[in-house]
Amino acid sequence: MRCLVTGGNVKVLGKAVHSLSRIGDELYLELLHDGLSLRTVNSSRSAYACFLFAPLFFQQYQVAPPNQDPVRCKILMKSFLSVFRSLVTLERTVEKCCISLNGRSSRLVVQLHCKYGVRKIHNLSFQDCESLQAVFDPASCPHVLRAPARVLGEAVLPFPPALAEVTLGVGRGHRVILRSYQEEEADSDIRAMVTEMSIGKEDFQQLQAQEGVAITFCLKEFRGLLSFAESANLSLSMHFDTPGRPAIFTVEDTLLDGHFVLATLSEPDPQSQDLGSLQPCRPQPPLQAHSTPHLDDFTNDDIDSYMIAMETTVGSEGSRAPPLLSPGPQPSCSPGPNSEEDEAEPSTVPGTPPPKKFRSLFFGSILAPAHSPQGPSPVLAEDSEGEG
Amino acid sequence: MKFRAKIVDAACLNHFTRISNMMAKLAKTCTLRINPDKLNFILSDKVANGGVNMWCELEQENFFSEFQMEGVSAENNEIYVELTSENLSRALKTAQNARALKMKLTNKHFPCLTVSVELLSVSNSSRIVTHDIPIKVIPRKLWKDFQEPTVPDADVSIYLPVLKTMKSVVEKMKNISNHLIIEANLNGELNLKIETELVCVTTHFKDLGCPPLASESVSQDRNPEQMAEVCIDIKKLLQFLAGQQVNPTKALCNIVDKRIVHFDLLHEDVSLQYFIPALS
Repeated sequence: MRCLVTGGNVKVLGKAVHSLSRIGDELYLELLHDGLSLRTVNSSRSAYACFLFAPLFFQQYQVAPPNQDPVRCKILMKSFLSVFRSLVTLERTVEKCCISLNGRSSRLVVQLHCKYGVRKIHNLSFQDCESLQAVFDPASCPHVLRAPARVLGEAVLPFPPALAEVTLGVGRGHRVILRSYQEEEADSDIRAMVTEMSIGKEDFQQLQAQEGVAITFCLKEFRGLLSFAESANLSLSMHFDTPGRPAIFTVEDTLLDGHFVLATLSEPDPQSQDLGSLQPCRPQPPLQAHSTPHLDDFTNDDIDSYMIAMETTVGSEGSRAPPLLSPGPQPSCSPGPNSEEDEAEPSTVPGTPPPKKFRSLFFGSILAPAHSPQGPSPVLAEDSEGEG
Repeated sequence: MKFRAKIVDAACLNHFTRISNMMAKLAKTCTLRINPDKLNFILSDKVANGGVNMWCELEQENFFSEFQMEGVSAENNEIYVELTSENLSRALKTAQNARALKMKLTNKHFPCLTVSVELLSVSNSSRIVTHDIPIKVIPRKLWKDFQEPTVPDADVSIYLPVLKTMKSVVEKMKNISNHLIIEANLNGELNLKIETELVCVTTHFKDLGCPPLASESVSQDRNPEQMAEVCIDIKKLLQFLAGQQVNPTKALCNIVDKRIVHFDLLHEDVSLQYFIPALS
């Protein structure tokens, strides 16, 4: 086998490796007839990613003859990433990149042909492996959003880098909403800031979802694919179903495609519910405006909607108790600034959300190729005999 | 209790963002005091934590195109809330190229200061970012802890040198000592000193100038050569200096011998007072 990548495509390949490295520790490399596939899965199997580079992406693409098994191997992500570590150097100095398999020494050889005749050769050890194939089908997802990566990149920019999960949903007026996801901690006094980004539907190339749908997924992996898509100036499609079902993020080009499958939170949490429907259990008179805060912000200027019923009179510490969560029978809807509210707030919090749980993605048995809807890799039964 | 304000002018927005960044550097949590004319960012540290006090004041009409508030009652037309200053600065960071910014008190899932930003986008579509900053409303009985600190009668008042220079000096000194002695006289001399068993380092600033004395105080007949000195925690001083990203229009240092050092800064129309007590 031998694949030769030249020019700007080296950087594209490197960028893809970077985004894969955000997910898994091992990289599955397969030389298929319809292209080179790079795949990975995270340790908890809640995120899977694959890129397929078509033969045309390469200057030269030689694979095993059709009657043989395709070459498959598994390498450490870290070692493969180190080859493509600095994208700037890659862009500036590397002219060609050649990936081949040395059968005698059982090494995957990555050669970087740089300027001035410098040649960097990385010999990476690998393991034989089976094909890694997640079972997913974008076509089966009822909801699809598609937008230029740049739009989505700007949309996630306000969120802090440390934020783990984000809720994506469609709100009123078909505005797409991204909101930082917070685990409910009933008794915690310290709360994090909640950030919400609301984007008009005109920024989307495709928006096929009803108002009120929402899913919560990991931001880190999503950012990985986004940065790839942004650098390649591609559009990103998001296919999703109900909460708990995996969401599929795809980028496509004539020369490559990428699929990221991310688990979504299975419990519809109060926050994501909020995008669509009002919570019935609110003691506070549920102001219309509160259910979709994004809408009122610039359209509704009625200050009374924002009347805040917090107690600041002498001797009370009303702000401590979370009045919205308590089933207290006293909705303080007439917030006379001096009204003394008694502090007999029941301490039980109803419907304390069950612990957060991502459902692991289901990986198809390699014995059931019929399940593999994602055409490029016919799932083969036997272990590959690593014959370079 | 109601509060709602709006900024539309880009320069005002930038200025306000700079102030919030400065707050984030100066204090982890701060108290925001809102009254019909002014906004104050207040830090009043417990003595056990070093006893640093900060009082930042800005006129609301210099920033906001709309400003509505209703305090606890007509006589006490004020609002005091505590917030994490980092949150405010992060929220304002997204408002870099905003068309408009609104702030208001809300009670969505918890009491918060909601900052919503209408962004400009290339496609001319509307994009809105909303940040709900959790706040703690401060009950009226605790308001007395957040009153404007009285400026003590200083033994020496002196203009500060360029803060960046001062910062780089103090930064180096921090590696050697935990305490710093700041001393100055009415001759326009200011010294920053550290003393350890092994080494003594002093940086001398000269010809800084002293403001004309406002009152007929004791320092009138003070020997201009005589130094007034305060030994302070070097980290507190550095924190103050690091918070100053732009050089202020006016920077004054007041020293009460062996008791407290008071920095009085003016950033355009925003005043910042910072008090570091002497180490006991």
